[in-house]
Amino acid sequence: MQNRKKPFFWLLRDWRLYLMLIIPVAWYIMFCYKPMVGVIIAFQKFSLVKGMAGSTWAGLENFEFVMQLRDFPLALKNTLWLNLMGLIMGFPVPIILAIMLNEIRNKGIKRVSQTLLYLPHFLSWIIIGGMVLKIFAPTTGVINASLLKSGLIKENVPFLTDGPTWQLTYTIVGVWQSMGWGTILYLSAITGINMELFEAAKIDGANKMQQIWHVTLPGIRSTIAVLLILNVGQMMNISFDRPYILGNTLVQDYSDVLSTFVYRTGITNAKFDRATAIGLFQSVVGLIMISAANFVTKKLGEDGIW
Amino acid sequence: MTAVLVQPKRKKRKIPVGQIVLVAVIFVFVLTCVLPFLNVIAISFSSKSAILRGDVAFYPVEFETKAYEILFSDKTMINCLLYTVELTVIYTAIAMVMTILMAYPLTKERLAGRKFFNLMALFTMYFSGGTIPVYLNVKWFGLLDSMWSLIIPGVLSTYNMIIMKSFFASLPKELEEAATIDGANDFQILLRVYLPLSLASIATLTLFYAVGKWNSFADAKYYIQTKSLQPLQLRLYNIIKGSTAVDVTAIEGNANSNAQNVSESIESATIIFATLPILVVYPFVQRYFVSGVTIGAVKG
Repeated sequence: MQNRKKPFFWLLRDWRLYLMLIIPVAWYIMFCYKPMVGVIIAFQKFSLVKGMAGSTWAGLENFEFVMQLRDFPLALKNTLWLNLMGLIMGFPVPIILAIMLNEIRNKGIKRVSQTLLYLPHFLSWIIIGGMVLKIFAPTTGVINASLLKSGLIKENVPFLTDGPTWQLTYTIVGVWQSMGWGTILYLSAITGINMELFEAAKIDGANKMQQIWHVTLPGIRSTIAVLLILNVGQMMNISFDRPYILGNTLVQDYSDVLSTFVYRTGITNAKFDRATAIGLFQSVVGLIMISAANFVTKKLGEDGIW
Repeated sequence: MTAVLVQPKRKKRKIPVGQIVLVAVIFVFVLTCVLPFLNVIAISFSSKSAILRGDVAFYPVEFETKAYEILFSDKTMINCLLYTVELTVIYTAIAMVMTILMAYPLTKERLAGRKFFNLMALFTMYFSGGTIPVYLNVKWFGLLDSMWSLIIPGVLSTYNMIIMKSFFASLPKELEEAATIDGANDFQILLRVYLPLSLASIATLTLFYAVGKWNSFADAKYYIQTKSLQPLQLRLYNIIKGSTAVDVTAIEGNANSNAQNVSESIESATIIFATLPILVVYPFVQRYFVSGVTIGAVKG
């Protein structure tokens, strides 16, 4: 407040705040922005010995090389396809679950159900994957074993060994893992709906289903829209853990996605420049998609993400 | 007409059919979250022949505890668990300090450059160097194959930082003014005024970080080679995917055939072993998580 005329008066006043910022800001620079500069090796013939400064430029060679690889279009296609299936099959489930949970009158039942439904969210994909590999295993897995014993099927369902079936397993497990946790935002949106609207609907003679259709759903419409758009914006992103633990060599053409492809090319085979090119392609397209999603969200009159 | 007359007499608390159907449907969903655990627990306590016959569903068949005996006789498993606890504690402590140090100054509107720092943090949520440049960066710092490679690169989550920031910002400004008049500086205000009032949020974020680290796998897979530095998830992965068996030589007698006989149940026992710590704390931490998600959604 004193001496506003003095240059750097704000530094004198707030130096303690800047001191607090120093370590985290240095971290952002060294561990977020420095790797961003590191993407230039995508345009180099990168040599680990010579380093980034000493490596020769290669223009778009790495990109051209990667594009003509057999694995690249496969990984890209699988990434988009698995995400799309996850969205189509997985998106409505938390909404339906949230509406159902909201209608339960018995508080105890509701709370216990929620606790158990949230549980898969807290487990790592390695744990879930380990369980899935047991449960869906041919012959010994509980699902195949009980189906075989009951005579419903003559041969094992190839949940984990046939490409397209594997993709279905992958998707269903994903839907299962996130369905409970996904209800939280919808439940809090439903709580925000004005109770008088329900009263009014009841007086007008609306039954439960009509109330859900005409009051609950419109009440959470904006939450649904925003989450849907954000999910579409995330189409290029795929985790490493889930496809990596669930996949196997039999279904590789169906389970290889961008994250596992980058890992294999870059870390296993040490082709850093090419793997970086794949990663950069993914990041840039991803950024464009998220920006577009944000733009659409704002056009719809909702708060965007930035 | 009759409907109008009957309506006031709804005193009798009969459970409507709709509720029963609803609870039944929810129950099916809930079962899908419980049965997988029962199945894996059952396998871990069953004999090999029962497992291979496909007899094991939700209770042990030909009950035996061999898998757990082998698992617990392997000292490296216990060490791995302790190491993962240590890793998680160190990571979470540093991450929390970093989060508070970044979030607190950014809530002060008078701070010159606040917009810049804010944007600097936000941008990293939407764009990153990608796996390989981050890997090379870790290598450049000489962190590869050390515990710090699992701590430093992810020690600050912008998402969590924003949650912390929005909580700090929600506290009344008068608190700071009063403390300033009393002669407190920014450090003292943060430590004595803001932090004591933010314990619930700090608990929530601590749990976010801790569970995230406990469950993290990819970073260990990328950066760690040495077996003693592998955290639990990587160890579990290696056991499930069969590249390392649990050290069965610790068991006396015909160790090898023993291992062959129980490998399915050992894998299941290891899964349970890795799940148990989460299950123990889960009932207590769950509500903090739920509140954290709703705060995070308010301003993403």
